Amino acid sequence: MSVAIEVRGLAKRYGDVEAVRGIDFVVARGEVFGLLGPNGAGKTTTVEILEGHRERTAGEVSVLGHDPQRRERALRERVGIVLQSCGMYRHVTVREAVAHWAGFYPHPRDVDEVLDLAGLSEQAGVRTGRLSGGQLRRLDFALALVGDPELIFLDEPTTGFDPAARRQAWDTVRSLRDLGKTVLLTTHYLDEAQALADRVAIVQDGRILAQGAPGDLGAGSTRYRVAWRDAEGEAHERVTDDPTGLLHELTTDALARGERLEELSVTRPTLEDVYLELTAGGDARA
Amino acid sequence: MHDVALSWRQYRLERRMFWRNPSAAFFNFLFPLILLALFGAVFAGDQEALDVIVPGIAGMAVMATTFTALAWNMTFLREQGVLKRMRGTPLPPAVYLSGIALSALTNAVLQLALVIAAGRAFFGTGWPQDWAALAVFTAAGVVCFAALGVALSHAIPNFDSAGAYINAVFLPVILISGVFYDVAEAPGFIKDIAEALPLKHVIDGLSGALITGRGVADNWEALAVIGLWATAGIVLAVRGFSWESRRR
Repeated sequence: MSVAIEVRGLAKRYGDVEAVRGIDFVVARGEVFGLLGPNGAGKTTTVEILEGHRERTAGEVSVLGHDPQRRERALRERVGIVLQSCGMYRHVTVREAVAHWAGFYPHPRDVDEVLDLAGLSEQAGVRTGRLSGGQLRRLDFALALVGDPELIFLDEPTTGFDPAARRQAWDTVRSLRDLGKTVLLTTHYLDEAQALADRVAIVQDGRILAQGAPGDLGAGSTRYRVAWRDAEGEAHERVTDDPTGLLHELTTDALARGERLEELSVTRPTLEDVYLELTAGGDARA
Repeated sequence: MHDVALSWRQYRLERRMFWRNPSAAFFNFLFPLILLALFGAVFAGDQEALDVIVPGIAGMAVMATTFTALAWNMTFLREQGVLKRMRGTPLPPAVYLSGIALSALTNAVLQLALVIAAGRAFFGTGWPQDWAALAVFTAAGVVCFAALGVALSHAIPNFDSAGAYINAVFLPVILISGVFYDVAEAPGFIKDIAEALPLKHVIDGLSGALITGRGVADNWEALAVIGLWATAGIVLAVRGFSWESRRR
């Protein structure tokens, strides 16, 4: 496995606040890796350290073989960044902006191709000051992609989007994966992590609580959800770590009463269950 | 792309953006001309007074196009997040900032040309007497006030307060530094403060270049004061530089 990002024991302190308290993860080349967690978990701090915008307090970080803190131009030429929120010049058109950014990079992509990929072809001649929020976010994508980066950072790429715009942004991220790009994305949306990420790290209070493929994270948990509807039509749901025993109990009772368990289902824990289970502890502490 | 070419590209983008905000560009250039017209009318026929006003307004124009414009722009770019976005690209910071600074220099030169032409056309001040002195003091003024403008932007906490901060510096400085009258006639303590500030010396240099024909060699003390302020400005501009808003 070729490594794009390696993080070991990363910590960041702002005064008395420990934003990141010892994080380890590895992102392989060509992988879409998601940092999932509630607001204030330390996701953005982590990503901004990897982008070279912040200096770490402790730990080792390697991004495409470089230490981002040294801010080498050679690294910035290979990386595209979509910041969480970021303004733009208002008096240039979309095409002018993308073409201008293309000039920063040694091997830029074709401007029209990038506008197309970002879904901005129709807005090419529009001044950026007149774009909607969603269109501006697509411009962020376009500006991050025009240098043909190997690695793309997406910090909360769809926050504030309507459902259609989110789907569109997801398609863009998927097309990046198809192009063989490595993507590190942060999100507080479970469905986004589930839909996009090959692997997810759940972050809370500056620590990684669990990491793995979204499906495996669910499988690792023992909490199964059993749901059914009784003879009166009332819905029941039980969470158990022994689904076999619970099913035996339920079916035995039902048979004894001569009833059916309508809509009986046993669900493996989803990413959502794992996430809520893991992050609940943090809320209790807070 | 070579860094010089990148700087030129950034400069051209800055110019395009400047002219795409035509009303801002218009009033930017009109402001010194309005002041010149007002004071020219007040002192009509008094050539001695007009010989003070024209270089005074010229000095103010240098300060407005560099100090005021950069304090304003750098605060805006920082608070909007444009600086942070730029920092994530391979564009070297020095190349980026050189494009912005060259754009400010262009505005300073354009505005000086307008003031000088208006002086020649309406206020009897003629063409510059010493072109070398004009070039030297314009360049020194631009470097000094550009650096001080960037330095001031570091002290401005957010964009909403930029106007208040900038005016709190700009207005007293132009009033005290003899833009509208001859500092030599001001009370002692006003004169002392003006002597310590850079604008009075830029105006002295421009006055020599435009009116009296006093060259750089005869005005080296003024140049030295501007140089000291420029050095302080550059140190403060570089040391305090922040790529992003302090709100987190």
